[in-house]
Amino acid sequence: MNPTYALALRHGDDALIAAQRLGEWVARAPELEEDVALANIALDQLGAARLLLSYAGELEGAGRDEDALAYLRDDREFRNCLLVELPNGDFAVTIAKLFFLAAYQRRFYERLCSSTDARLAAIGAKARKESAYHLDHAALWVLRLGDGTAESHRRMQAAVDEIWPYTHELFAADELTRQAEEQGLAVASHTFRPEWLAEVDAVLAEATLRRPDDNWAPGGGRDGLHTEHLSYLLAEMQVLHRAHPGARW
Amino acid sequence: MSRQQWPLWEVFVRARRGLSHTHVGSLHAPDAELALRNARDLYTRRQEGVSIWVVPATAITASSPDEKDAFFDPAADKVYRHPTFYEVPEGVAHL
Amino acid sequence: MLPSCNTCPVYGNDFGIETPDDGGLLRQVEAAEEELRHAAGRGLGAPLADTDLQEYFDRVVGADQKIEPRDWMPEAYRRTLIRQIAQHAHSEIIGMQPEGNWISRAPSLKRKAILLAKVQDEAGHGLYLYAAAETLGISRDELVDLLLAGKQKYSSIFNYPTLTWADVGAIGWLVDGAAIVNQVPLCRCSYGPYARAMIRVCKEESFHQRQGYEILHTLSHGTEAQKAMAQDAINRWWYPSLAMFGPPDTDSTHSAKSMAWKIKRFSNDELRQRFVDMCVGQAEILGLTLPDPGLRFNEERQSYDFTQPDYDELMRVIAGEGPCNRQRIDHRRAAHAEGAWVREAAAAYAAKQHQRLEVAA
Repeated sequence: MNPTYALALRHGDDALIAAQRLGEWVARAPELEEDVALANIALDQLGAARLLLSYAGELEGAGRDEDALAYLRDDREFRNCLLVELPNGDFAVTIAKLFFLAAYQRRFYERLCSSTDARLAAIGAKARKESAYHLDHAALWVLRLGDGTAESHRRMQAAVDEIWPYTHELFAADELTRQAEEQGLAVASHTFRPEWLAEVDAVLAEATLRRPDDNWAPGGGRDGLHTEHLSYLLAEMQVLHRAHPGARW
Repeated sequence: MSRQQWPLWEVFVRARRGLSHTHVGSLHAPDAELALRNARDLYTRRQEGVSIWVVPATAITASSPDEKDAFFDPAADKVYRHPTFYEVPEGVAHL
Repeated sequence: MLPSCNTCPVYGNDFGIETPDDGGLLRQVEAAEEELRHAAGRGLGAPLADTDLQEYFDRVVGADQKIEPRDWMPEAYRRTLIRQIAQHAHSEIIGMQPEGNWISRAPSLKRKAILLAKVQDEAGHGLYLYAAAETLGISRDELVDLLLAGKQKYSSIFNYPTLTWADVGAIGWLVDGAAIVNQVPLCRCSYGPYARAMIRVCKEESFHQRQGYEILHTLSHGTEAQKAMAQDAINRWWYPSLAMFGPPDTDSTHSAKSMAWKIKRFSNDELRQRFVDMCVGQAEILGLTLPDPGLRFNEERQSYDFTQPDYDELMRVIAGEGPCNRQRIDHRRAAHAEGAWVREAAAAYAAKQHQRLEVAA
């Protein structure tokens, strides 16, 4: 499989599923200003998803555009990490997911700017600034929830404990990361995990939060083996589009 | 029943270099960092190159519009300070 | 050149259809903005030592100048404005629910993005309006409490359900359209912060109406099922949209004083007629039928005769018996309650930081 295609699909799916989950917060965020902020982040992720999936469709050369890829694949064909498909939970869980994801995406997109593939490089250049903003926003909230009230600390710690195992998949090395690195398409993420960890640790420490040990490391998303959550998410996302085959919207 | 209120902040934005900051509205935030982020989202839609000030509303001391003349520099009298007072001769550009 | 992410507007009129004639509404908004600047330049001068404040207030309003936050104003003017601005703000916030209902199921990524942006705008509008209301000496917290307690209202139109994707289009075309007809005159309202907020809101809202119209146009020129979906949505949203302008002038309680204070610039019936006249042509381009057999052009009036909405139904919905009243308020209450621990955490953190700074100093 063309590694550029596989890369665009993997990261496009990350962004798409992340956007879908964030969109669920509309009209239910803890404060109106946060409704605006989360919608903004959802839009950014969706924008990046559209760029990546469109490119993937072109590379595939089978006539699939961004919508065909988003709406007509089953969960076994999605290549997103498990972290993004997990339910939103409470605001602390959502922030934990966003924080770990944005710290990863920012570093990934930054390095993507030097890709040997010009299109990927351009996408990286655009997405990394947005990612930096997502990371900033999430980190501010990790601090406030971790070092706020006893209840917020309890919830934020529980969120970190729950989401932590899913971060390992972000840095797993596989055939694609090896090929991408070899061809200068993208840096293998395990190479920047130490930097990611340093930033994450610093924020968690300042937020008076602990991070769990690294034992359980669920994965499989990169190969299409997802949690039970994804097929429910896709059912909702795809239902209308699938009900009208071939229609334009 | 509402609990602790997030205080009110007034937002000032300078859209471009050379202009000055103008008041664009207000918002609620628990602290300055979030106030600045929220202001960026709400009042500038994250346009670049825009300068934002957020000021706690309680920090602002305001005069009343019906304060008497002595409180103000009666600039309306000193009409020669206002550029429209002068008639620009025909043909003079950029003045 | 890459298609836009989120830092450029996602909006675009890329179907090449005739843009619906908005009756020059955007131009009217710009004119109101111009007038505001000019009026500021004219200046009425401060009241003299022994000027009667009521007389001065009347003079300012009469000269189409703006009343600003620290001006003296009649208590009834202040109360009316708070009620009106708050209701407007609440409407934006509640309105996020019926529209947000279709974000997760939007049938294309582009439509998903546009809808997300629109609903985000609505939150922003609510915030601008709450900010304007707060200049009148009430806090946002108090206003939110009044809404959740059912003591302040929001536009009754949002008590209807969005049953299909076409409803999203209908809301954009009809509901936002009606809102714009209502709101453009408010750009000239006598209270400065409200007028300025309305100018900002109206500029953003014109995109919303266009997007709704495009959704419907695509549907009405699509498959049979899509066309039927669009027609069904129009059938359900037309009369409630007409009712958005409020009861007929003869029955309207708040109007007279509001007109005198230049908070309200045109009557309910005038605005409703304006809206109908705008929509007829637009419906023809869509190829959809407005569900009113009594709709016909009146040569004498140079305006359309139309069937009035059921005002009894309007009153019942306002009183709480619409299909979604309870659901909308319950949703808002739940979101507010669930968010309490987050808001408290942020406030607690801010207090701790403040203490740390003091200790360090």
